[in-house]
Amino acid sequence: MRPSAIAVYAVLIAGLLAVALLATTVGAAGIPLPRLAAALGLNIAGADPAMLARDQLVLWSIRIPRIAVAGMIGGLLALSGAIMQGLFRNPLADPALVGVSSGGAFAAASAIVISDSAWGASFRFLQFELLPIAAFAGSLLTTTVLYKIASREGRTSVAIFLLAGLAIAAIANAGIGLLVFVADDRQLRDITFWLLGSLSGATWPKAGMVAPVALLSLLAIPLIARGLDVLVLGEAEAFHTGVDVERLKKISIVLISAMTGVAVSICGVVGFVGIVIPHLLRIVIGPGHRMLLPASVCLGAILLILADTIARVLAAPAEVPIGILTAALGAPFFLFILLRQRKLIAS
Amino acid sequence: MKIRHATLLDRVSARFHGGETVAIVGPNGAGKSTLLRLLSGDLRCTGGGVRLKGRDLASFSSRDLANHRVMLSQHVNVSFPFTVEEIVTMGAGDRARIAAQPLVDAAIAELELEPFRHRELPTLSGGEQQRAHFARVLVQLACGEADHGPGVLLLDEPTSSLDLRYQINLVEVAKRRARSGTAVVAVLHDLNLAVRFADRIIVLRKGTVAADGSPAETITDRMIADVFDVETSIGTEDGQPYVLLQRMQ
Repeated sequence: MRPSAIAVYAVLIAGLLAVALLATTVGAAGIPLPRLAAALGLNIAGADPAMLARDQLVLWSIRIPRIAVAGMIGGLLALSGAIMQGLFRNPLADPALVGVSSGGAFAAASAIVISDSAWGASFRFLQFELLPIAAFAGSLLTTTVLYKIASREGRTSVAIFLLAGLAIAAIANAGIGLLVFVADDRQLRDITFWLLGSLSGATWPKAGMVAPVALLSLLAIPLIARGLDVLVLGEAEAFHTGVDVERLKKISIVLISAMTGVAVSICGVVGFVGIVIPHLLRIVIGPGHRMLLPASVCLGAILLILADTIARVLAAPAEVPIGILTAALGAPFFLFILLRQRKLIAS
Repeated sequence: MKIRHATLLDRVSARFHGGETVAIVGPNGAGKSTLLRLLSGDLRCTGGGVRLKGRDLASFSSRDLANHRVMLSQHVNVSFPFTVEEIVTMGAGDRARIAAQPLVDAAIAELELEPFRHRELPTLSGGEQQRAHFARVLVQLACGEADHGPGVLLLDEPTSSLDLRYQINLVEVAKRRARSGTAVVAVLHDLNLAVRFADRIIVLRKGTVAADGSPAETITDRMIADVFDVETSIGTEDGQPYVLLQRMQ
């Protein structure tokens, strides 16, 4: 039997609050709990004013925006993974794994280089939005191409899907390599810093950029959840059951691309969140998307806040790039899933 | 019906009435599944048309269509661990869970799936999965008929993975639907099962109708020798023919 929805959300939200609290207190400049209360303005009496000012500065301009961005990005990555797995009827799908993130990264890296050139100067007014828009466009293109390649007459082949994703990732990575080769020193620093995947640049404006995408994606969940359930039966069967399959596919592809694009533009390619989270959740709450999608958002947020906290303290005051951390933890997990799903891949 | 210059069905004309059970039989590649997919709206005709309850099939939205016709496909492969009950409930579309539950329970009981209700579908045998999908389709039919009157039940080789007992069970369930006004059309391979199931049999050969009529009219030595290239001896029992296979011609 599956656990009740209330129990699942209670546990997830409690977990989210717990890791958020943990993440605010630890870091290069630690803020222990009593001082945290003071810095939040709850219990100012008896606080050292100098310390209080420092804590408040760290809290409001560095830590809280960073946690907000980490949480939102984690939620988006997990949600895009879950939607992608539903769309491709394949529990091994992940935007980073099949080249969608790389496609977005290639487009964003191109934007960095081009916007620096004389020709690109005309785009300057869009500087801030340029990266996410380019990453979205790149992700959209790769997802669409991948779908066209992997599905034939309404059936998608697991093997062709993964191999095509591999090829697309290779093409995008070759493109990124070429850009790194032609980039000047300053562009190179921009590209590599961002490609390694770090949330250290997370600020309020960036949070403001992610928030609308996160909000729209949450609102879109009810539009696609039932359709994705039925799509598990196959495209023809989903159509027989009354689902507008074309509309479902379009919404899903745009959502996956927008979420992956914005995530890539903020912190580079962060892999495996999208595969680990939905897989763990399916074991506990089952595969129904009405529950799986919102739960993925919560657990994805928890995981990325936690991973980012570890990235901050592991080699403090230096930071481990979060993309490296998630890959180091996620890749073995992926192999574990692969072994469990052997039969599926072989067929 | 043409796909990439290959004519799959040519000048096939048939009417299906409410309360009627029709079996479509014929050799491999005769166009049986293509005909069913045209009837379901899965494929669009390249010439001619399909009408459902007097309306052009193409004018239905997928949602609208789902209320009037249901279809059980031949191979449904589920790669996520949905339970039998969850799969069967999918037939109810976005109707409220509470309203659909009695229909889900009835379908599960009718197909003797109670022991598997909470089992995950991918862990079941092919026949058990096929029964679960049939139950799902019955729920969809019941939901549609509750709101829009008798509908159309299309079955594409519904017995391919079933043992004898459940072949009979499926036939009985389908005939019960016909008695309450549903038009039931099934592609079947087993001629004896087709006779047992159908009021009317349509024999297809190379995309055309070779015969269309009652079992006694269509299942004859001549017809089977003509269409399937095999020799048979046809007996009769209670006025219904039965087929004993002899040899290839």
